[in-house]
Amino acid sequence: MKISLFITCFNDTWFPGTGKATVEVLERLGHTISFPLEQTCCGQMHYNTGYQVEAIPLVRRFVELFEDAETVVVPSASCVGMIHEYYPKVAKQADDQQLLRRVESLIPRVHEFSLFLTNVLEVEDVGAGYPHKVTYHPTCHSLRILHVGDAPLRLLRNVAELELLELPGAMECCGFGGTFAIKNAETSAAMLEDKVNRITETGADTCVAADNSCLMHIGGALNRKNTGIRTMHLAEVLASQK
Amino acid sequence: MKKNTTEIPPAFEESAGKYLNNPQLRRNIGHATRTIRGKRQVVADELDDWQQLREAGRQIKQKVMANLDHYLLQLEKSVEEAGGKVHWAADGEDANRIITGLIKEKGVNEAIKVKSITTDEIRLNKALNDAGITALETDLAELIIQLAGDEPSHILVPAIHKNRTEIMELFRDKLGNKDLTDDPEQLAEAARLFLRKKFLSAKVGISGGNFAVAETGTIVVVESEGNGRMCTTLPDTLISVLGIEKIIPTWRDFEVFMQLLPRSSTAERMNPYNTFWTGVSEGDGPQEFHLVLLDNGRTKVLADPEGRQTLHCIRCSACLNVCPVYERTGGHAYHSVYPGPIGAILTPQLRGLYDKSAASLPYASSLCGACYEVCPVKINIPEVLVHLRGKVVDHKKKNGGIRDKLHPEHIAMKLMARTFRSRSRYERAQKMARIGQKIFVRDGMISKLPGHLSGWTSVRDLKPIPKQSFRDWWRARS
Ligand code: SF4
Repeated sequence: MKISLFITCFNDTWFPGTGKATVEVLERLGHTISFPLEQTCCGQMHYNTGYQVEAIPLVRRFVELFEDAETVVVPSASCVGMIHEYYPKVAKQADDQQLLRRVESLIPRVHEFSLFLTNVLEVEDVGAGYPHKVTYHPTCHSLRILHVGDAPLRLLRNVAELELLELPGAMECCGFGGTFAIKNAETSAAMLEDKVNRITETGADTCVAADNSCLMHIGGALNRKNTGIRTMHLAEVLASQK
Repeated sequence: MKKNTTEIPPAFEESAGKYLNNPQLRRNIGHATRTIRGKRQVVADELDDWQQLREAGRQIKQKVMANLDHYLLQLEKSVEEAGGKVHWAADGEDANRIITGLIKEKGVNEAIKVKSITTDEIRLNKALNDAGITALETDLAELIIQLAGDEPSHILVPAIHKNRTEIMELFRDKLGNKDLTDDPEQLAEAARLFLRKKFLSAKVGISGGNFAVAETGTIVVVESEGNGRMCTTLPDTLISVLGIEKIIPTWRDFEVFMQLLPRSSTAERMNPYNTFWTGVSEGDGPQEFHLVLLDNGRTKVLADPEGRQTLHCIRCSACLNVCPVYERTGGHAYHSVYPGPIGAILTPQLRGLYDKSAASLPYASSLCGACYEVCPVKINIPEVLVHLRGKVVDHKKKNGGIRDKLHPEHIAMKLMARTFRSRSRYERAQKMARIGQKIFVRDGMISKLPGHLSGWTSVRDLKPIPKQSFRDWWRARS
């Protein structure tokens, strides 16, 4: 399959390792990857913070860049959530019927990484090996907008030598929430504290999720508290080999 | 903590800290919400058609909002045909004037009340008090709040922030029973004895209502304690205050709501007391019935196609109980009778987005979506929150002063929007960030950031931006 990669601005800049891992896993499964260099940001941060007019050109840009793609894969659940859930609304807000039609035709071809593996390619064993104790945090947008269900867990269960430890209170938000972490820093910190305590309780050495944004927030606290627990995007675990 | 109505309350983030740092409050609320959350899940999972019921609830409410003018007139007609009298109140002041007038007409200076957030919304107790009328709350939790001179912090469990010991002390002090222990039964009994006398002597009862049936004119109160039943049946005159959104079209629609509401609110299959009344019946119950229909901003909400779904709310409070923000801050930080997720969308729409407390509420959420998942009438709360954020920003852009324009967030958003519109600007910004961060990096981590960003580094480190971006790697590879 010919796959266009939308890496997201955040991963491109902060977590290039996730992008490399995504490429590695998909190529290992025999697919061809292209990466349109014109891509920047999906517009989620602007849209969710209330700068919705500013999101309109970013939505246009995304559509122009990817509308001819056979398939678009994105290693970020929240950005895919933005595209699926809010792109049609942005088009309506821009009062642009044509944009709305283009968005609606593109959306079914835009996939979150783990769902792409389990639902489109229908693979659960990608031939990975990761000899560590891992706990998985289901991020809110992956759960409640994309409904990934247990897709990431099924992928993790098929990784050789990986010991999967259940995270108590897994469904609870970690407190990131984009600009929420800055605007409501104290509330965000209280939510984070509980999440980090739960992660530590599991005895895992790695905390995995499908969103690097939440992981950066969780990882920052794990580091501050010297827990020795690392955070890792699902794609990086799946790219690891024994 | 008494709220002064003329004073503009602080923004959510300014008061949240006060509650976050109150360990007793956090324990009380954390414990209470976690317990009820688990129970709700169990009784919702029991029904195979729970999702269909939610969808039915949503559709019925959507139909009501689309035809509200029609249903309101139908309700008025049914109530009056059944011997009741309907009063229309444009705002709280209007409603308070009507109710005060009705009580004065009876020549009494006392009334008993069923728990009603709508009357809290219009500050009825204060208005009555100012007119020399004592309104006694008869719901146990509301009584606690009233005796303590406190503000409710939860829609359904207004005293959720108080524990047994605090209540024992309050009752010892206010009800004059010095031997009380913190045994819940003893506490309830003390309240019961105090209230019983009042029930039997009161001439006027005041209630809210969960639903009003347009077709028949029937009003419904569902409750757990039975005090509502007494308030609505013992006095000679009953005055009920309902927001205009509380309508359901037909009796048949109860099939849906009487399943959704108790399971979502108290995690019960049915409420212990369900009181229905239609106008007046000779020789049975109140011989005079007044229905006050309240707008108080609701038609403004109705006018906004995106925000309209907020009016579907049946005040079950399930969204409060699952909300990770509410769980940690409690209800008072919202500075509204409607706290939690529903409050974060309803308050700014009713009150207008233009005071700093109201404008901060749509941001009092991590957009985790837990509220939407449990809402029995499927209000997409995150969607409305984001919609309202858009309105806050638009308002600031149009009417904001120089301080708004120079706010670091505003500048950052504007700059980044420009950056993301062009590949070359974006790539240049990546390089600049990499260089600019150097002064903050210590031992491979950023542990302290200035100004607006200091909130991030107060509890977490920040991983610096690595040397090679993904696109650099991609270019080098191909
Ligand atoms: S918004 Fe939904 S969940 Fe929240 S109180 Fe209203 S009906 Fe219940």
